[in-house]
Amino acid sequence: MEVRKPTIKSLPYDEFKDNESLEKIVDELHEGGVNVVTGNLDSLINWGRSNSLWSLTFATSCCGIEFMACGCSRYDFSRFGFEVTRNSPRQADLIMCAGTITHKMAPALKRLYDEMAEPKYVVAVGGCAISGGPFKQSYHVVKGIEEIVPVDVFIPGCPPRPEAILYGMMQLQRKVKIEKFFGGANHKQTKEEAALGVSNEELTYGRGGKKPIVVTEVPAEFTETLKKEQEEAK
Amino acid sequence: MKLNHLVFDFDKFAQEMQNLKDKKHFDFLVTIVGEDFGEEEGLGCVYILENTENYERVSVKMLAKVVDGESVIPTVVNIWKGADLLERECFDFLGIKFLGHPDMRRLFLRNDFKGYPLRKDFQATNEYTLEDDNEPDFGLEYSLDRDGRLQKKENKLFTSDDYVINIGPQHPSTHGVLRLQTVLNGETVKRVYPHLGYIHRGIEKMWESMTYPQTLALTDRLNYLCAMQQRHALVGVIEEAMEVELTDRIHYIRTIMDELQRLDSHLLFTSCCAQDLGALTAFLYGMRDREHVLNVMEETTGGRLIQNYYRIGGLQDDIDPNFVNNVKELCKYLRPMIKEYMDVFGDNIIAHNRLENVGPMSMADCINYGVTGPAGRASGWKNDVRKNHPYDMYGKVDFEQITLDTCDSMGRYLVHINEMYQSLNIIEQLIDNIPEGDFYVKQKPIIKVPEGQWYFSVEGAAGEFGVYLDSKGDKSPYRMKMRPMGLSLVGALDPMLRGQKIADLVTTGAAIDIVIPDIDR
Repeated sequence: MEVRKPTIKSLPYDEFKDNESLEKIVDELHEGGVNVVTGNLDSLINWGRSNSLWSLTFATSCCGIEFMACGCSRYDFSRFGFEVTRNSPRQADLIMCAGTITHKMAPALKRLYDEMAEPKYVVAVGGCAISGGPFKQSYHVVKGIEEIVPVDVFIPGCPPRPEAILYGMMQLQRKVKIEKFFGGANHKQTKEEAALGVSNEELTYGRGGKKPIVVTEVPAEFTETLKKEQEEAK
Repeated sequence: MKLNHLVFDFDKFAQEMQNLKDKKHFDFLVTIVGEDFGEEEGLGCVYILENTENYERVSVKMLAKVVDGESVIPTVVNIWKGADLLERECFDFLGIKFLGHPDMRRLFLRNDFKGYPLRKDFQATNEYTLEDDNEPDFGLEYSLDRDGRLQKKENKLFTSDDYVINIGPQHPSTHGVLRLQTVLNGETVKRVYPHLGYIHRGIEKMWESMTYPQTLALTDRLNYLCAMQQRHALVGVIEEAMEVELTDRIHYIRTIMDELQRLDSHLLFTSCCAQDLGALTAFLYGMRDREHVLNVMEETTGGRLIQNYYRIGGLQDDIDPNFVNNVKELCKYLRPMIKEYMDVFGDNIIAHNRLENVGPMSMADCINYGVTGPAGRASGWKNDVRKNHPYDMYGKVDFEQITLDTCDSMGRYLVHINEMYQSLNIIEQLIDNIPEGDFYVKQKPIIKVPEGQWYFSVEGAAGEFGVYLDSKGDKSPYRMKMRPMGLSLVGALDPMLRGQKIADLVTTGAAIDIVIPDIDR
């Protein structure tokens, strides 16, 4: 969709992109007693998302009880917006994998993860989920859920104390807060890249921002089979 | 208990077992231990039986006969119904085929699992797949024909127009990763097939390569709400085998800690039972008070769930200086609170309507299926190990064994509530009189247990928890097996639920107090 160029009498179009003049306008408005906030939409969305992380109830063993304790009176993680646990993966933002994953459970975990809607996160709680923990030598235990699903935050402990689980969830909040929905990539620039003085977007896609992917080369086999088919059709 | 096995002939085995039940009143099958006895003897089973009148226990050892390259033993499932899952467990882990058992399927492991892990020659591959398991819709029944050859017959699990739904393994009301394959007729439950093993961690196999002190670490992680009691059973069996004399101080502290743990577990049970029925207030109240119990234990042990407190010959460390005062304050605090749970939930008309006459099971069935613990006591079966086979201070303290005759879920809930008062009574009797003495009787650096077989059980929060130990005199056990509290409860779900409504499945499961890692081990 093409955005029409707005025409506002007191504000030339070019000044929309200029922070200084925007700040000046905001200051003028503040002095006049108007409540105005400026910011970017990404931080607003991420502020909301990071404070309402809903987890799937996926407690296989001991860590699950500590997760329950987190939700109850003393630790009360609703202070951070984590209190809503979902029983369906379709409604959850993250899997809190609290407990050992065995060989028999592994397909179920993978399936639950696949069923979740993007953006989705995985928190591995406790030694078992991280590496197999005390059951590493067993014939029936997966040695860390990272073999099956990508993990965002590891919370060590056997089981981790509720404070540790809260801390781990706050790390996940940090991770959510730097995400970008409207272009741009999360990428820390190396020294060489920083010396170029360009944005991440430019680094990734080149000058002029994102370009469509155009296929210019077609494999010879493909064109040949296509020709044959067309001839046969005739 | 040191085990002196009775041995019967293969051909007379079924008859002799029947006689034990009918004539000598051994009507409670405590557990069946499958074991690989080595190259000479081959595979076999040890059956532990209890007489429910005088609480005498016997053990029967039965070696498997090899027929066509397969080890077979006649089934006892017709005598004790609780043998159903126990025999399937032996088949799963050792490959012993029980003649006449109608449903020889794997219970814990996947159907495409290669080998039998508890055999001594088992080699772990550690490979796993993310493909779904291809489950058979029939159970195999083995029998011997006239020529002594092994025959098998397929028994269909479902008819073609059965409506089958899977509850679990990822379901909020199953308290973990239990899967119940439920056959329905409209809303009515026709049959429940439990599928276990989603949290089977192979603890018994791991034990065989560990030294005795190392084995202790894993028991706390079974039923994490009975950490103390489970470790109590394990150190108990090792100490009994080594004939360690403990000081009075150790006995007192262990009894108090066991009861604190029982309070912890029962509080979580009453909370979760309420939550499963949708009563969130009662859940939050219970969890609030559970934190107080954890505080008291934590100050001494340093752990909230995993306590790691008992060790062979005593305790890890002495009790905290504030322990006695804290416990007294806790007892004072908890008594009125338990009343509060009843006010908020237990005496509520909704709770009564949802729990009464739900999941009924008579006393005779409870014994037959081996439903121990509060679930069995709600049907009037006096099965408390603390009374029947007293250990530590339980023989000397004054407490009441709570039994009811309602035989339903309401009774099971009330037994839990009343047992909390009894636990407080026991603690209050002991807390002022903890004698001076050592908290640890020094053991040799390398612990070796003499040859023989022992079985020792304690009263866990949800039933009898026992450990069977077979030692060959080494520094690691030859075979150790647990009697989990929950396995017989899961086996009893099917008879409890037949003819009940599907919504009552959640209620029944909530009221019998199952914790899945304990069942799966």
